[in-house]
Amino acid sequence: MTPVADEIRIDVPVSGAPGRGVLTRLGSKLGNGFVQLLLTLIALFWLVPVFGLLVASLRDESANTGSGWWTVFTKPAELTLSNYAELVANKAVWQSFLNTFYIAVPATVLVVVMASLASYALAWIEFPGRETLTVVVVGLLVMPIQVALIPVAKLFGALGLFGTITGVVLFHVAFGLPFAIFLLRNFFTGIPRDLIEAARMDGATEWVIFKRVVLPVAKPAIASLTIFQFLWVWNDMLVALVFADQDSAPITVALRAQLRQFGTNIDLLATGAFLSMVVPLGVFLLFQKYFVQGVLAGSTK
Amino acid sequence: MAEVVLTGLGKAYGDGTRAVTDLNLEIRDGEFLVLVGPSGCGKTTALRMIAGLEQITEGTVHIGEQLVNDVPSRDRDVAMVFQSYALYPHLNVYDNIAFGLTLRKLPKSEIDHRVREVAEVLELTEHLDRKPRNLSGGQRQRVAMGRAIVRAPQAFLMDEPLSNLDAKLRVQMRAQIARIQREIGVTTVYVTHDQTEAMTLGDRVAVMRRGVLQQVGPPQELYDRPVNLFVAGFIGSPGMNLVSARLDENDGRYWVSLDSDALLLPESVLRGRPRLRQYVGREVVVGIRPEDMEDTALADAREGEILHSVADLVEAMGSDVLVHFPVDVPPVVTDDTRELAKDAGTDDLPRTAKGTVLVGRFSPRTRIYEGQPVAAWVDTSRLHFFDPVTGSSIWK
Repeated sequence: MTPVADEIRIDVPVSGAPGRGVLTRLGSKLGNGFVQLLLTLIALFWLVPVFGLLVASLRDESANTGSGWWTVFTKPAELTLSNYAELVANKAVWQSFLNTFYIAVPATVLVVVMASLASYALAWIEFPGRETLTVVVVGLLVMPIQVALIPVAKLFGALGLFGTITGVVLFHVAFGLPFAIFLLRNFFTGIPRDLIEAARMDGATEWVIFKRVVLPVAKPAIASLTIFQFLWVWNDMLVALVFADQDSAPITVALRAQLRQFGTNIDLLATGAFLSMVVPLGVFLLFQKYFVQGVLAGSTK
Repeated sequence: MAEVVLTGLGKAYGDGTRAVTDLNLEIRDGEFLVLVGPSGCGKTTALRMIAGLEQITEGTVHIGEQLVNDVPSRDRDVAMVFQSYALYPHLNVYDNIAFGLTLRKLPKSEIDHRVREVAEVLELTEHLDRKPRNLSGGQRQRVAMGRAIVRAPQAFLMDEPLSNLDAKLRVQMRAQIARIQREIGVTTVYVTHDQTEAMTLGDRVAVMRRGVLQQVGPPQELYDRPVNLFVAGFIGSPGMNLVSARLDENDGRYWVSLDSDALLLPESVLRGRPRLRQYVGREVVVGIRPEDMEDTALADAREGEILHSVADLVEAMGSDVLVHFPVDVPPVVTDDTRELAKDAGTDDLPRTAKGTVLVGRFSPRTRIYEGQPVAAWVDTSRLHFFDPVTGSSIWK
């Protein structure tokens, strides 16, 4: 064999192509700078409410009722961590914070596991009625969650699941699956057929193909699904409000319960809200590295 | 290693379309068989039925002594090289090659030994840690080969493995595939639409058309004695010139007339094709291979061996010169020739206002230029004759 193409390297000048004048280059640099400045401004503008929330959570009650959060720029000494100390000391809120985990983690894991298994079957295993089943499952996407609240509440009541974390999780799993299957099946069907067949020829069973070929290749889709599902469950209030009782309520419900009739109670709410925001942010950062495009690059052709 | 036997193999889909019909082939142990034909001829479907990737609707497939119709792919112990290579994108070269072995739960040291040995043969040793996306097309192709070789299967199945490579690399890899197959002596079924690949690689070549096997035999036999118009036109490049002409007898001598010229059939042709005499006074299809023609100035031409025309186009290939020239005879229009033209990418048959365009492969010493008169010597002992209705070769 003679050397193949990738061992031959040709140096091509990357920047400062000789044909372009100084003015053009200066213009494009300035243009670039302007665009970047504009984007930074927009991003900052979007972050204002979050920043306000953060500041409010770091000021005590009197400061929050007396003046707006922006006074922090003139009186930075007002900042304190006392709200966070109080929140942790507040048993109801702290418990609800833990409850949110107990609900969101299983509701996410179950959906991702079940949806990836189901999607593999719907995408790659031939069985009678597969198309119909796919249409039915995905068609359930149009089912509004509100219609199901009362019948499911009755059912949970009969089963003794009403007011339990298990009940809330089950509801989230049921309503998370159609979208999850829709998303993953679409991704799985996009995997080249040859890849699946190559594994089959190599001696792989369906389970091995799923575990060792499809799952690794589908990492970006699974990462996005995980983030979506986790955010959806973490931020949910409606389902929890209906199915959870005081002991199993997640933070969204618990914070609402903390609202005083005639006061805003902003110090506690801001702190709780900010804390509840940090977790999904962490989940997002944890999985975002899988969003790297071109996972299939080099597999075929 | 084993023989692969296809008996009455067929594939019909639910909507009634047929991909393969009554395919009978016996691929001997260690033989390199090439399935060739235009796209849609059923060759890939046939291969996939051997692989177990396609349900067999009629007939049987035996690998070794075993009937495998209902054996899943993973238990057939055959390896396949895909046109797209189908490498596992998340695994490096080493793990791609080792994948099949790890599934068989071989000891680690054995896997390592075999993977490195194969990598050595395929010159992949220094790339073992790389992911497929960081490999060139040729390297990917070799990894795909390695994945098949390392398993030491009963048979190799290859589905157009070279079609994604550029022309130069394709020739290199073609030689390498032939060498490796000979060295390890594994029964191989190779699918391609490229007749050059078929001719150079195959111990035997099977030509398929619309799901039906046309002819199977050693490459030279297909070239010398094609059974019908389709095989005649498909094998050889440029393709065989096919023209309609009248066969006449005059004083015990047999002639075919093309335009104002006539070709005299030598005794040897008539001896080899006794049935030809029955066609006297009727139209026959005459086939002339481009390489059986030469510039008269460079050949020892006699009466009844020369065609006169004007050069339409002259293509200098270096090693030889392709001269295109029209003759005023109707081109052969049958299903076969239409399909061949479609496969060659031309909508129409090679004809101009002046009839049919013939192509001759002349020696590079020829002095013929475009627009100049051509006198082409035809090796009449190598003429082919076909029945214009059935398209079959006229032999006995």
